[in-house]
Amino acid sequence: MTATAADIAKGAAAPPSNVRAKIWLYVPLILASIFYLIPMYVMLATGFKAFDEVSLRTMWNLPSGLSLDNFKAAWEALSPNVWNSFKFVVPASIISAMLGSLNGFVLAKWKFKGANVIFPLILFGMFIPYQAVLIPLVEFIRSINLFGGVWGLMLTHIVYGLPITTLTFRNYYAALPDDLVEASKIDGAGLLGTYRWVLLPLSIPSFVVVLIWQFTAAWNDFLFAVVLTSNEGWPVTVALNNLAGSQIIEWNVQMAASFLAAVPTLIIYIFLGRYFLRGMLAGALKG
Amino acid sequence: MALTEAGDRLTIAPKRRRRVQKDKVLAVALVSPSIIAILVFVYGFIAWSARVSLSTWKGLLPDYTWAGLENYRNLFADPRFHVDIRNTVIFTVVFVGGCLIIGLGLSLLLDQGLKGEAFFRGLFLFPMAISFIVTGVVWRWLMNPAAGDRISGLNLIFDSLGLDFLENSWHATPYWGMAFIAIPAIWQMSGYTMALYLAGLRSIPEEVREAARVDGAGEIQIYRRVILPQLRPVTLTALIILGHISLKVFDLIIAVAGKQYALDVPAIYMWQTTFDGYFFGRGGAIGILLLLSVGLLVIPYLVYTQRQERNS
Amino acid sequence: MTKRVVALLAVMTMVVAACGSDTAETTVAGPTDTAAMTDTVEVFSWWTGGGEAAGLEAMITVFGAEYPDVTFENSAVAGGAGTNARAVLATRLQANEPPDSWQGHAGQELIGTYVAADQIEPLNFLYDEEGWLDVMPETLIPLISKDGNIYSVPVNIHRANVLWTNPTVLADNGIDVPTSMDEWFTALDALQAAGMDAPLALGEQWTAMHLFETVLLGTMGYEAYNALWDGNGDWSSADVTAALENYDKLLGYTNSDSSALSWQDAAQLVIDGDAAFNVMGDWAEGFFREIGEEPNVGYGWAATPGTAGIFQFLSDSFVLAKNAPHRDAAIDWLKVAGSLAGQDAFNPVKGSIPARSDGDRSLYGVYLQSAMDDWASDDVAGSLTHGVVANDSWKSEIDSSLGAFLTNRDVAAFQAALVASEAANA
Repeated sequence: MTATAADIAKGAAAPPSNVRAKIWLYVPLILASIFYLIPMYVMLATGFKAFDEVSLRTMWNLPSGLSLDNFKAAWEALSPNVWNSFKFVVPASIISAMLGSLNGFVLAKWKFKGANVIFPLILFGMFIPYQAVLIPLVEFIRSINLFGGVWGLMLTHIVYGLPITTLTFRNYYAALPDDLVEASKIDGAGLLGTYRWVLLPLSIPSFVVVLIWQFTAAWNDFLFAVVLTSNEGWPVTVALNNLAGSQIIEWNVQMAASFLAAVPTLIIYIFLGRYFLRGMLAGALKG
Repeated sequence: MALTEAGDRLTIAPKRRRRVQKDKVLAVALVSPSIIAILVFVYGFIAWSARVSLSTWKGLLPDYTWAGLENYRNLFADPRFHVDIRNTVIFTVVFVGGCLIIGLGLSLLLDQGLKGEAFFRGLFLFPMAISFIVTGVVWRWLMNPAAGDRISGLNLIFDSLGLDFLENSWHATPYWGMAFIAIPAIWQMSGYTMALYLAGLRSIPEEVREAARVDGAGEIQIYRRVILPQLRPVTLTALIILGHISLKVFDLIIAVAGKQYALDVPAIYMWQTTFDGYFFGRGGAIGILLLLSVGLLVIPYLVYTQRQERNS
Repeated sequence: MTKRVVALLAVMTMVVAACGSDTAETTVAGPTDTAAMTDTVEVFSWWTGGGEAAGLEAMITVFGAEYPDVTFENSAVAGGAGTNARAVLATRLQANEPPDSWQGHAGQELIGTYVAADQIEPLNFLYDEEGWLDVMPETLIPLISKDGNIYSVPVNIHRANVLWTNPTVLADNGIDVPTSMDEWFTALDALQAAGMDAPLALGEQWTAMHLFETVLLGTMGYEAYNALWDGNGDWSSADVTAALENYDKLLGYTNSDSSALSWQDAAQLVIDGDAAFNVMGDWAEGFFREIGEEPNVGYGWAATPGTAGIFQFLSDSFVLAKNAPHRDAAIDWLKVAGSLAGQDAFNPVKGSIPARSDGDRSLYGVYLQSAMDDWASDDVAGSLTHGVVANDSWKSEIDSSLGAFLTNRDVAAFQAALVASEAANA
């Protein structure tokens, strides 16, 4: 189809209908936002209420005051453990993302014999139910002297993060044209060179989603945290769970605490979100 | 093509051939740490779990007395396990379908370069950051099934908006209640699905769209013919990620619905029977069955992807 | 730009890793004696929030005063009925790294699991030393022993068979608190006739089991109930059928959204006047007071119908780990747990009564005082839901069959499943 003058004119005369179209787009977005905001409203409102204001009946009511008592109590309970969380979540996310990227690259673009067997082998690791392996996991971590602090937890998250990071990167790279790699090979770059100069720059969006996932999974994990660490090593999730208590649960404090515990993750999302920029590949196919 | 390749190989300098060899070794070396780790943490531990599933271990301390397939036989005859399977299927279909549709929809909307994109993106992603304990309780309140005087939660909202027909028993609905449990899960994960799709959309070079536009395609046609097909790998990634969550879902269900028979799933049954009842043999069997069922789903996917890639 | 991003990520990793190089943490954690003078005791529990944690803190203070040289390591992990703490404990016991002492429900939950696996020591010597046999009820001791060996030190007692009522609702409808199953059905019918759809408030599945055990006790009576658990009873008998049928009938008076309600939400229904009755353990009383209700004004209580004169109990207690890393310190802790000072510090805050019969009544509120009177005079039977009468495997299977019953209301199938559970687990 060749471009006609009329078509070019159509493309150039963008504004009026485009703007109208774009405003309509806000409607589904706002409807969607309501869906996402409703539970957050309940959570925040409850976080500001006193214990006797909290019940099924009064769920929609605005809190009688904006007292920060719950948040203060929550902060007191959580703050000793926040650093523990950071200590292992950041390195675990970055390391498993890097390893996943390398794995994905090798498995998608630098095929060697057996690559098609190795990928399923790694992928399968994503599906084990973690409760089923708690016992041998604890024994193994103890046997290599990493129990109690956060390092055993970090290792665990790196390893169990590998299948999903590998999967994400492998599929991401598989969608990129093979010519990129071929061109690089012809230019004389080896494996590492191709990775460093060709694929890594293109990987930003994929790193973003992988880091978002890994950070969240590691930050919010409770199961591994509770069996692999002892008091000094407890991350935020164990402290958060303990805040709930076992019998009479104070939901107002719990919700305030959950909100606080989610803030670092939200900051990561905002920080990483800036890399969701369009046109990352602009110029990649030139030449 | 083949002739030129053969020709190239003949003219490749020995230095280059060595470099190709070195790179092949390097490739294997790069993936080996992962493979070794997976061999221990995944296959080693599964082997232990499998061994336990073939034993009579019931109690705190290990007891590896051979039981053959007895635990499996008992499970297949166990009505609770049947409920588990039914619930898993219902939950998976609703959860995965919901996340894919909503995630794709939101990503397409946000790909339009609207003002406030960053805000919406953060908003849709935020639910994933919130701990399951609190997500569970909030949705438990929202989905409260009471009617009449004690109406509350979302039913109350529907009532006051005149949307009576939307009121229902949510997850207390007999047989299909599990479908409603998928709602909090969709709330949590659809934002991430959107992020996956956005990453995929953003990795499609602008030139491709430009080329299509120059060819005279309208925006919608560009999406249908050019962009959506490019998103297939992302969809498959999302399918696998969402699928694995839905098969292993545990904490969220307990937080929303407590441990109850009608909304039981294999992961909860496994936890209860292992750590509340100390029946490690049965717990191990449930775990292995979960794995095998996942294998059944993943193998066609792998065969399909590899065939796709060979063809393209 | 990518170069900078990669560099930034690399620097971040290094910084975090460097900051985190506490050498102390790479070794196996657990009480490591720092000086010859001090000892440590590591105690596992699930008392992490609200009154439970406050009670534990009070007891720790008493411990600190009496044994100032011993550091108390509080390894509490929350989770309803200790489901998380027990899982963590299981992983540690299997790895041969026990804590010194842990909390457990006195009775078969401890005996069926830990004694069977030879993980805890008998404490008869301690009972003799401290004279506890004189201050704990006679009918309690056999329930926490096996073959004459006593295995735990009960700190508190909760009562399971409590019927919580709304005095205003009952008065308005001219209904007396029912004392038998038949009276109860009459009252429930009257309330429904007066327009109350669901006069009996019920919550999620475990509260249904809690209701079940009180109906078993109330229908079958003290002797027959106990016989069911010690092997002398017959789960297939007509008595049991009658109890199951009563239970089935009672469920018809409960709220349709029960599976979506926590025990707190269900108890709230009585406070709000949406229901007249709720069967729940007496930790509900602590909850009622915390939301500002007054005893005998906002809520009333009685023994569940058919169980007057019987105290269906559960107890949080502590054990002594075999191969405890700090056995002496652990014994010190147990002494405090069983002492008058310890129990009187813990219980008023927690909202339960001391296992000892010589507690200081003045420290306890109205309800708790009446509970203390009953504890001293009633016959003691054990709770099912809270681990006294059945071991964990058995209870877990009863839970499954009860769950199935709640969905299909098939009494015969339920009974058959109960018979099978006993055969497989007792």
